[in-house]
Amino acid sequence: MAETTYLEAIRDGLAEEMERDPSVFCLGEDIGVYGGAFKVTDGLLGRFGPDRVIDTPISETGFVGAAAGAAHMGLRPVCEMQFIDFISCAYSILTNYVATARYRAFLPCPMVVRGPSGGYVRGGPFHSQNPEAAFLHTPGLKIVYPATPADAKGLLKAAIRDDDCVLFFEHKYLYRRVRGDVPPGDWVVPIGRARLAREGADLSIITYAATVWKALEAAEQLEREDGLSVEVLDLRSLLPLDDEAIVATVKKTNRVLLVHEDTATGGIAGEITARINELAFEWLDAPVRRVAAHDVPLPAAPALEDFVLPQTGDVVAAARWLAAY
Amino acid sequence: MVKGEAGGSGRCPVPPVFTVYPSPFTVYLPARLPLPRLPGPMAAISAFPPSVPAPVPAPAGLTRDQLLELYYYMLLTRTLEERLVALYRQAKVYGGLFRSLGQEADAVGSAYALDRARGDVLSPLIRNLGSMLVHGTEPVEILRQYLAKGDSLTRGRELNIHIGDVARGFIGQISHLGDMVPVMAGVTLSFKLRRQPRVGLVYVGDGATSTGAFHEGLNFAAVQRCPLVVVVENNGYAYSTPTARQTAAKSFVDKAAGYGVPGARADGNDVLAVYEIAKAAVDRAREGGGVTLIELITYRRKGHAEHDNQSYVPPGEVERWAAENDPVDRYVARLTGPFGIGRPELAAVEARVRDEIDRATDLAEQSPPPDPADALVGVYADPPAAPLLWYRRGLRG
Repeated sequence: MAETTYLEAIRDGLAEEMERDPSVFCLGEDIGVYGGAFKVTDGLLGRFGPDRVIDTPISETGFVGAAAGAAHMGLRPVCEMQFIDFISCAYSILTNYVATARYRAFLPCPMVVRGPSGGYVRGGPFHSQNPEAAFLHTPGLKIVYPATPADAKGLLKAAIRDDDCVLFFEHKYLYRRVRGDVPPGDWVVPIGRARLAREGADLSIITYAATVWKALEAAEQLEREDGLSVEVLDLRSLLPLDDEAIVATVKKTNRVLLVHEDTATGGIAGEITARINELAFEWLDAPVRRVAAHDVPLPAAPALEDFVLPQTGDVVAAARWLAAY
Repeated sequence: MVKGEAGGSGRCPVPPVFTVYPSPFTVYLPARLPLPRLPGPMAAISAFPPSVPAPVPAPAGLTRDQLLELYYYMLLTRTLEERLVALYRQAKVYGGLFRSLGQEADAVGSAYALDRARGDVLSPLIRNLGSMLVHGTEPVEILRQYLAKGDSLTRGRELNIHIGDVARGFIGQISHLGDMVPVMAGVTLSFKLRRQPRVGLVYVGDGATSTGAFHEGLNFAAVQRCPLVVVVENNGYAYSTPTARQTAAKSFVDKAAGYGVPGARADGNDVLAVYEIAKAAVDRAREGGGVTLIELITYRRKGHAEHDNQSYVPPGEVERWAAENDPVDRYVARLTGPFGIGRPELAAVEARVRDEIDRATDLAEQSPPPDPADALVGVYADPPAAPLLWYRRGLRG
């Protein structure tokens, strides 16, 4: 099996779905002739033509709304946010119009909004955001945030085939840094199912996206230096969350560390903590703890960004605290 | 008249609600249909009384039956809303009641230009009940919706005329004004991409033109040459805010140039003028000509909703519009005058409307309320229902 980068996996998934289903088309800023700010859609214009790879005006509300309208009529649009930071420009139409369409009006809205997300890239406050939590409490949306090339491709294909709106967060730090095997053929990863990234017995780290790799690094270090057996659960899907997998790992190790790159307050870790409290409180041997970004806008300078974002050393230290509790 | 002459600096001065703009508009109209001098919301109230519109022949293609049908829909709209007021006062209506009294011609005439059989799609606003009736919504469906019944088109999930049925060619609005413009840009983009000869029509009020969504949607549709007609219903007020405080532009049709699309403006209380201008835009869109921005000048004779006492409206304004520029009265004068339709024929339409509304009301009142458990169903296609929370499961944990 040839190794594929995270970015290539996304492009392959997109192209395969466009090939398979003529109702799939792409909309976004600079995605056609230029191939996208990160070149995710590079080559698609030549392959599928300007009707299916549409360069739009700088109008996130405009083209997300247009995607919804086209989706009502049976098409399956895939919108690219040039940076996911700009999804907030479409926040109203996504949460008020798109998310409610099926419930209030029985309107199908099969669409995907995808885009480069996340930090560790010195992008500063407007090119590094992780806005997934802002959409978590909007019934009607689905959210996925893959960490591996296989999941990136498989989840994108599932998102395009889903009959509702899926927000597909891509971690830009992983685009070209992560390579991996992608199963051949029509590889689809179901939405709503977590992935056990590493098996362990003493402690569970529940995480997603780029911090999956920080957690794996930390797990190796903890095993090497402390003899701890650390399990890493990669959520992959944030809405819906895989309660079954979360509860299973809690029952197995009885100690849980939640890690995410998003800021701590109001982040998804809080929701997962509440669910563990409701579903598996008796199984805990220690309080659930969080490692997340500090509650500040993300600064650009390396010294500042590294300080604000969770690092492998933070995960190791927090895990040691939990293991010793 | 030189553009920009009135109003001094070219900006709308703030307080006087009605600023004098003696016709500084860019008007693109069919040559044979002169724009009547209306006391439009952007013109002076002192311009009353309006000059009587010159009699025009029925627009090409409209038969005598169709002329009567237009009357039927205008009257059906008005009578249905009157019935809703009665139900509202009996506390049977949930949410607000939004009237289109005095605006029936603009909704009915513009929607009449669409071709349902060809799959045209309409996106109505709260004051476009008439357009929905023209496009095939039944009065009983409107009543069930206002009464929040379980068998209403939204199963009690939404209020007033926020109703859609995409299979029948109408898509309901949401309360966030302007959002339907990008949505309808996408609906009509799908027509373009599939090479279908279908057209979309979306209404916005004067207030919604101030939103970012209106701008983004119209610009997107213009660039993509979507087969879309955007109708700006200028009824003088957005809730309590008069048009002069909504925009510094002299007219909404002026905005068309900024998007590179043709604009057209008509007397919104003249159902035939509205039909003709909308028909031209619909035909253009169907032939691949892209977007047209239409401004219809009308007047909102009731408040924003039934609770609104219109304290902000200058004394006498509503009464003068009612007395001198009622779209139904004006149309009846045309029908019985130049078109030679007899009173008995109109009386037959009136009797039919009364009978239909009575029967629809009886039917709607018998409908059951929604089943509470249905509240959890259908947020997503998959999963089919949201989980019931633990405290409703008998507190077993």
